[in-house]
Amino acid sequence: MTALNIVSYVFIGIGLFFNFVGAFGLHRFPDVYTRLHAATKCTTFGSIFLIGAVIVQSAGIWALGETSQSIMCIHSVLALVALLVTNATGAHAMARAAHRSGEKPARAVVDDLEGKKND
Amino acid sequence: MIDWLPTIIAMVVCLIIIMVRIFIGPGAPTRLVAFDTANTLVVTGLVIVAMMFNHVIFVDVAIVYALLSFAMTLYVAKYIQGDKF
Repeated sequence: MTALNIVSYVFIGIGLFFNFVGAFGLHRFPDVYTRLHAATKCTTFGSIFLIGAVIVQSAGIWALGETSQSIMCIHSVLALVALLVTNATGAHAMARAAHRSGEKPARAVVDDLEGKKND
Repeated sequence: MIDWLPTIIAMVVCLIIIMVRIFIGPGAPTRLVAFDTANTLVVTGLVIVAMMFNHVIFVDVAIVYALLSFAMTLYVAKYIQGDKF
């Protein structure tokens, strides 16, 4: 077992752990804002490490002289960048849409954004 | 080369847990959050499947899927908050 395989297994372990934390956070939290908090951040962090394992493996094969794996490595980096940009922006849009559609936080006492138009 | 099959099986189990929330979730915003989470996991799973079968075309499919699901999320969010198109 080479060092690259050990790094890949560690990355896969971290990524799967955080993906499962995000999936269970969708069931354990009470309202839509806390579910968004749990799911988006945990699955983004887990996906960084899972795609990172793929990048490490394909870069290792590429370094051994198999140049056809270079496409896999570079396109995985592109997929990771697309995922990072779209996840953060989409989470912001979903939270704003949930607030404007009248969704209240669970057990909330005061809402500071009440009545503001450009929140 | 490492074995990617247990990883993709764990990802599918994770997706099934999220799909339960899509079916039972109260209201449209919760379902939208769960669906966006499922989209993230599908993109990651496609990259892993590409490495498992050694086909680069799955990674390109994953890039296009990420961008199109982002557009879907923005439009459904705009619909939920009551804007006119």
